[in-house]
Amino acid sequence: MSNRPEIQAPPEIFYDDAEARKYTSSSRIVEIQAQLSERALELLALPEDGVPRFLLDIGCGSGLSGETISENGHHWIGLDISASMLNVAVEREVEGDLLLGDMGQGLGLRSGVIDGAISISAVQWLCNADKSSHEPRLRLKAFFGSLYRCLSRGARAVFQVYPENLAQRELILRQALQAGFGGGLVVDYPHSTKKRKEFLVLTCGPVQTSIQTSKDEFGESCSEDDNSEDEENGMVCVSDRNRPKKKQRTNKKGKGKGKEWVLKKKEQSRRKGNDVPADSKYTGRKRKSRF
Amino acid sequence: MRLITHNMLSCNIKGVANGFPLLIEAGKVIEKEVDFNPDFLRHMFAKIEWKALVEGARSMGYAELPEDSPDATVLDSDESFLKKLHHALLELHLEEGALVCPETGRKFPVNKGIPNMLLHEDEV
Ligand SMILES: C[S@@+](CC[C@H](N)C(=O)[O-])C[C@H]1O[C@@H](n2cnc3c(N)ncnc32)[C@H](O)[C@@H]1O
Repeated sequence: MSNRPEIQAPPEIFYDDAEARKYTSSSRIVEIQAQLSERALELLALPEDGVPRFLLDIGCGSGLSGETISENGHHWIGLDISASMLNVAVEREVEGDLLLGDMGQGLGLRSGVIDGAISISAVQWLCNADKSSHEPRLRLKAFFGSLYRCLSRGARAVFQVYPENLAQRELILRQALQAGFGGGLVVDYPHSTKKRKEFLVLTCGPVQTSIQTSKDEFGESCSEDDNSEDEENGMVCVSDRNRPKKKQRTNKKGKGKGKEWVLKKKEQSRRKGNDVPADSKYTGRKRKSRF
Repeated sequence: MRLITHNMLSCNIKGVANGFPLLIEAGKVIEKEVDFNPDFLRHMFAKIEWKALVEGARSMGYAELPEDSPDATVLDSDESFLKKLHHALLELHLEEGALVCPETGRKFPVNKGIPNMLLHEDEV
C-alpha cells in the first residue's frame, strides 16, 4: 500500500489546517525542504551579479522553499492551492507575495516578466485527477504553457518532483517539452533509495551563454549547445553528489566494464583461491537503472 | 499583495483577451519597510507596465508617482524617484479588498493579503 499523500485526497483537502501546521513544525521536513530549495536555486543558475531577481515559487505551501529564496536575496511570488498552507506562510511572515491559485488552471501572469521559477515537491500533484473535470495531461499542459509564457527568454524553471512511477515522470517531462522548454532531468544520489532526489531543469527559449558555463553538473554533463531540437531535449543527467566527478562520468555513460572484464577478474580471483560465484548468463550484465 | 505582483498579474479566465491590469478595490492597505536596492529597481523597471503601476498605487492611496513613464535615465540620476518607485512597488500591501477583471468584472477577493485567484470550473 502506498502512503503517498497525492492519492489520499486533493491537495487543498489534504493540506488542511492541521496538516499544514504539522508539516511546517516538523524539523525534519523544514530541513529537507530547505536543502531541496537550495539545490533548486543552484540549478536555476541565476547570473551571479548580486542583483536580486523576481522569481516564482510554485506550490509554495507554508513558505519553506520561499524562505530559501529570500535568504538568497531574491524577491518571489508564491502560488498554492491550499489556503491552510498559505495561512501558515502568513503567520511565519514570509517575504514573498502569496496567491491562492491552482497551477493546473494555468498561471495568470504577463508575458516574459519572471526571471525564474522553482517548485519543490509539488508538481506531481498535477498527475492526479481529483475532480471529474480534471484531465492531468491538459492541466500539465495549461501549467507549463502559461509558465513558459511568463518567464523571460533564457530563464530557467527547476522542479523537484516525486513522480509515483515512470509513466508520471514521462508525462510531466513530455508536457514540459511540448510547451517549448528545453532541458531534462537531474538526479542527485541516484543509488540511494532514501536520498534519491530528482529535479526537472527547464530552460525557456534560447539558452544564455552565461548559463551554459555554469558550474553545476547540469552545465557540465548536459551542455545545451547549439539548438534545442525536441529529441535532444529529453536528456537525463544522473549525478551522484557524494562522488568525485570522474567516477560519475564513467557511470553516467553506462559503459560499465563489460562481461569480458568481469569474467577475467573472476578467473583471477578464483586462481587466488577465493570463493567466487559461478558464471551465468547474468554475469556482467548491465543492470537496469532503477526507475 | 504588493504592486510589483499586481503589475504582473492578469485575469486568467477562459476567453478573456484583456485581463490586465486588474482593478484594485482597496479595503485595507498596510506598509512594511523593505531594504532599498536600486539595482533591483533598475532590473525590474523595463518589465513594469507604468500606467498600471500609477493607477494601482493611486487606488491604494499613493499618488506620488509621475503620470507618464519616465525615461530610463532617471534610474541612474534621480534618487528621489527611485525611492518612490521602491515604496510603490515593494512597501505597499493590499491586505483586504478585491482585484477586478477589467473585461468581465469578475472579482477576486483579497484576504489577509492573499488574492484568491482560483477559477470556477466554468471559467477554465
Ligand atoms: C509537499 S508541499 C511543498 C510546499 C513547499 N514548496 C515546501 O517546499 O515546503 C506541496 C504543496 O503543493 C501544493 N499544491 C498541490 N497541488 C497544487 C496545485 N494544483 N496548485 C498549486 N499548488 C498545489 C500543495 O497545496 C502543497 O502546499
